[in-house]
Parts: sequence; C-alpha cells; structure tokens
Amino acid sequence: MLAALRCVIHRDLLLAVRRRSDVLTVLLFFVIVVSLFPLGVGPDPALLRTIAPGVIWVAALLASMLALPRMFASDHADGTLEQMLLGATPLGMTVAAKVLAHWLVAGLPLVLISPVLALQFDFPQEFLGTLTLSLALGTPVLSLIGAIGAALTLGLRGAGALLSLLVLPLYVPVLIIGAGAAESATSGIGGQAQLLLLAAFLVFTGALAPWAAAIALRISAE
Amino acid sequence: MSGGINWFKYSSPQTFFPLAGKLAFWFGVLALIACAAGLYIGFFAAPTDAQQGEAYRIIFIHVPAAWMSMFLYLVMAFWAGLGLAFNTRLSGMMASALAPTGALFTFLALWTGSLWGKPTWGTWWVWDARLTSELILLFLYFGFMALQAAIDDPRRADKAGAVLALVGVVNIPIIYFSVKWWNTLHQGASVSLTQAPTMAATMFAGMIVMAFGFWFYSIATALMRARCIMLERERASEWVADYAKGSA
Amino acid sequence: MEKTSGIPSLEAVDLQCTRGERTLFNGLGFTLRGGELLRIGGANGSGKTSLLRIACGLLEPTRGEVRWAGENIRRLQEEFWRRLVYVGHVNAVKDDLTALENLQVACTLAGLAAKRPQIGDALRVLGLAGCENLPARVLSQGQRRRVALARLALSEAVPLWVLDEPFAALDAAAVECVQDLIAGHVSRGAAVILTTHLEARIAATLRIDLEAS
Repeated sequence: MLAALRCVIHRDLLLAVRRRSDVLTVLLFFVIVVSLFPLGVGPDPALLRTIAPGVIWVAALLASMLALPRMFASDHADGTLEQMLLGATPLGMTVAAKVLAHWLVAGLPLVLISPVLALQFDFPQEFLGTLTLSLALGTPVLSLIGAIGAALTLGLRGAGALLSLLVLPLYVPVLIIGAGAAESATSGIGGQAQLLLLAAFLVFTGALAPWAAAIALRISAE
Repeated sequence: MSGGINWFKYSSPQTFFPLAGKLAFWFGVLALIACAAGLYIGFFAAPTDAQQGEAYRIIFIHVPAAWMSMFLYLVMAFWAGLGLAFNTRLSGMMASALAPTGALFTFLALWTGSLWGKPTWGTWWVWDARLTSELILLFLYFGFMALQAAIDDPRRADKAGAVLALVGVVNIPIIYFSVKWWNTLHQGASVSLTQAPTMAATMFAGMIVMAFGFWFYSIATALMRARCIMLERERASEWVADYAKGSA
Repeated sequence: MEKTSGIPSLEAVDLQCTRGERTLFNGLGFTLRGGELLRIGGANGSGKTSLLRIACGLLEPTRGEVRWAGENIRRLQEEFWRRLVYVGHVNAVKDDLTALENLQVACTLAGLAAKRPQIGDALRVLGLAGCENLPARVLSQGQRRRVALARLALSEAVPLWVLDEPFAALDAAAVECVQDLIAGHVSRGAAVILTTHLEARIAATLRIDLEAS
C-alpha cells in the first residue's frame, strides 16, 4: 500500500513540475494580494504592522482556495480518478496522499515566502517564526478541508465560485486561530496556545477529512 | 413526527404525501396561535426593561429565531445523514425542505440582532460572538442550498448535500468557540448582545412561546416544501399523475 | 476448450438503473462464471455504460445488487477491486505523462507489481514500441487507446475484466491483438464483460441486449 501512496505523490509532483505555470500562478496571486492591502489601507507602518498577520493569513487562505480545483478536476476529466476509485488501496489513503502532494505544491511555497512578505509590512522579526509556523500548520488544514469541497463540486458548472462558498465558512476557525497566533505573539502573550490548537486541528482534519473527501468523490463520480 | 403505529408505511413519498398535507395544515394553525400569543406577551404583557427600555422587545423575535436557526441545521443534518446512511429518498427530501426555512431564521436572527444593536449600542452591526457565528451559519445554509441547486441529479444532490451538512455540523461548535475566543481577545469589540436583560418570568415565557411558534411554523413550511419536492421528483410516477388529475 | 472455473462468480440481482428521469433497465440479472464472456449490446443511450459501471461498483443501482462470491461488492470494496480491471470509455491516460509512466502508475494503483521491462513488453504487444517515452499528449487517439488497453497484457492474473467499447478508435491490427488478449484470458478460466458494436470473433457465452427507450 505504501508503494501505491508513494506512487500517487510522485505522480502528482511530476505532473506539477511539468505544468509549472499552474503552481507559480497561485504563488504570484498570494504575493499580489498581500501587496494590494497597503495600497488599499495606506502605508502607515503602525497600521500595517498590526494587520500583517491577518492580511497574510487571508491571502494564504484565498490563494489556497484558488488552487483547490487542481486537486481532482484534471484526474476527473481524463478518467484517472475513476481508476483510483477502483484501486487496491483504500480511497481515503489515496486522497490523503493527493492532499499531501497538493499541499507540497500549493501550500508549502506560500509558507516559505510568507516571512519575506511579512517583512514588507515591517512585522517584528522575532515573531516571524510564529507566523511562519502558524501557516505551516494551518495551510495543510486548509488543503484537507478544501479537498472535501473540491470532491463535492467535481464536474459542476460554476464549480470555482461554489467551492469558495462551501469552503470559506469552514476555513473561519483556522483563520481565527492561525492569525491569532502571530497577533498573540506580538502582544506579548505568546502564540503557543494557538499553535498547539492548530496542531490539534491538523491531526483532527488529517484523520477525518480524507475519508469525508473519499465519500464525496464516490458520490460525485456516480 | 408522526405517532403512527407503522413508521415504515410512511417512508415512501406516495404514502407520506397526504399525511404531510394534513400535518402541515394543523401545524400551521398551531404556529399562528403560538406566534400570536408570543408576540402579545413580548410586545404587551412583558414589563419594560429597566436598562434598555422598549427597544429590548426585539429579543422576543431575535432569540427564538437564533435558537431555530441552530436547531433546524441540526435537524437538517440529521435527516441528510439518515438519507446518506440508509439510502432513503424521503430523508433527503426533508433535509432539502428544511434548508430555506433554516436560512430564513438565520437571516431573521441577524436582522433583528442588527435592529437591536442600533438603539442599544449605536451601531448597525456588532462583531459579537453570537452574531458572527450566526453570519457564518447563514453561509453554511447558503452553501448547502447552492450545492444542491448546482447538481442536476437529485440522488447525487441529496448525498452531496448530506456530506456537506454533516461536515458543517461537526464544524459548528468549532466555529462558535473560535469566534467566541476571537471576540474576547479583541477587547475593542466589547459590545456584546449576550448581555440580555435579566429574565423576568414573563419575558422567558414569551420567548419560549415564540420559539414554539417558530418551531411549528418550521414544521409546517418544511412539510409543504417537502410535498412540492415530492411532486417534482416523482412526476413520472402514477400517483402524481392521479393527484394532478384529482385536483385539476 | 474451457477450464473449470476456479474463480467466484459475479452475480447481478434484480438491477434497476434510473438516470435522472429515465429508467434505463429494470429487473436485470445475470450470473457470470469463470471462463465466460458476457457481451452487452444495445443502442447508444440504452444504459450499457451504466450497467458496466454498476457491475464495477462505481455506480449504485437504484435497486438490486451485484455480488462477487456471494457478497455484495459495495461491502467488499478493495477486495473486489483488486480482482477487477476496468477500461472505460475514457482512456485513463494523463497527457503530461509518458506512455510508460502512465502504465506504471495504473499498475501500481491496481496493486499489480510490474517491473519496467514487463511494462515495456506490454506496450510492445499493443504495437507501441518506440512510443514508450513519448508524452501521451503527442500520441494519436488510437495510440492512447492502446496505452489504456496495454494494461490488459499485464493483468493475466486478474479474474474479471470489464471493458467498455475496447475496440473503439483501433485499427484492424490492434483489434486483432486485443481480441487475442481477451480470448486468451477467457480460455485461462477468467471472466470478461464487454460492450462493443463490432462483431467480435470471440463467442459470447452470455448476451444481454438493452433496449433504447
């Protein structure tokens, strides 16, 4: 079974490498959205410092959501998804592997570039670690929850907008806790509580979301 | 809902249809009575509040509506889950029938919350934990309805909606607690609609009566909507043709 | 010359399939044992693909069930799917992967341990020698279909093949080749279900003809 999961991850990474533009677009979207905020609210350093975690988190959330259709849509279109449904490994595990590959391609780059963007907002350097860690724990949760939405809206017209409507309310707790981590750090309370809570979210969704997404995939593929 | 001896007799749309009609009528009547009583208590019988004056009376609609919005989501998720697990047609129809009423009460709770906020706190909207959670609940309802509307095949729509509703149900406590935490952390938004006036017995009675009124209304409308869904989905079958001929 | 079947039977019991408004078929049943070929015929839109998908477990019938060795396939899940190869209408072939990579992934996901040389051989059997390292994007329709069907050459141990229009988009040589594979599989005592417009030279043990409504 591990061989099959490794195969799925390898396959998805290979496909992402061969279609690099898809991946880069998401990253660029993230960067652009973050850069829009100062243009919208003014360059006052104190204000920007306060809103930095929130802005980066919202932008990461939106960019993550933008990348979601990639998870299953192309496999669904060329019939490879069907073969996964008939595969020898439990579908939940296959989905988990796909989500991991998706995060490596669409989530991890966001995490890695976030410190640079935070510096644009003059976010205090000593708390960059907390911010980055919160994103590192939170973006996989977003991918996991998003997988359920992507599976439910597979093949529907207007899937992109519908997906946002389904998934954004479910993202709210992650956003609140995630952005709260960095904010608590800057206000001196320390962000450990939120980071632990994010880790708990990750474990919780990691255990349940792949199965929910698998059920949703079977429903959508009928 | 039915106290009938043989439950499974009513598990097919064909047999449930006439029963639903009768139940809808009687629950509608009960709803009118209860709502009238509740409104009377709320707007006439209950005493004026010492702190908030007459404006607090909106609470008699706001709180029961909020209760209903949460309760209906749970019931909807229950029926949807039942339909997913046992592959029964009627359960899915009930879930779809409940959603718009649930969304209505959520919207009503938000609107009355806003109307309460203006005279009491001076703003049309407060980022209070409960109101914010209600707002997200409204999005959950819309998501459910939008998903079902986007899927043509009724069976797929029922099942997909069920998965979404169940995922939503799991998330509702998480959403509520995270929003509450967020609200307490950001002390700037300290106005809270949870500071309801301490309950005099009449006030509490008024809210309970209103809650029942809303509940009966929900049952009546859900049953009526379920009847429409049944007619639509089973339009190829004989009993619908007979029904159409009968009422034409 | 048929071997006695060592494989369990695939039983369809009282199947009904309703897509949207139309009931495609009702009360359909069959028993397929090892060494038998079931051919499903019918006009376009008569429900052939739906029946195949129900037999695979991809689609849930409105009524009735499909059993493998007496157990409902929806309960067996992976246990059943490990014993099944499904080649559908759509070629499960990714444009950005080479023919070799595509086949490799397909085999690993199906739980077939296949080494590179075996995969290369399978592609050669289907007449794709020289195309192994070309991305599927540049292959013709017929070649892509052959990549999808190459899986059959590696699935000798899989007891049930379900094929939806396997000969579509193939030239005469490829059709011969695939018919050989199918005939060989049946004579090994395995079971095959297929739909096709072509008059295949392999005798069908069972025939089901669905009427178009």
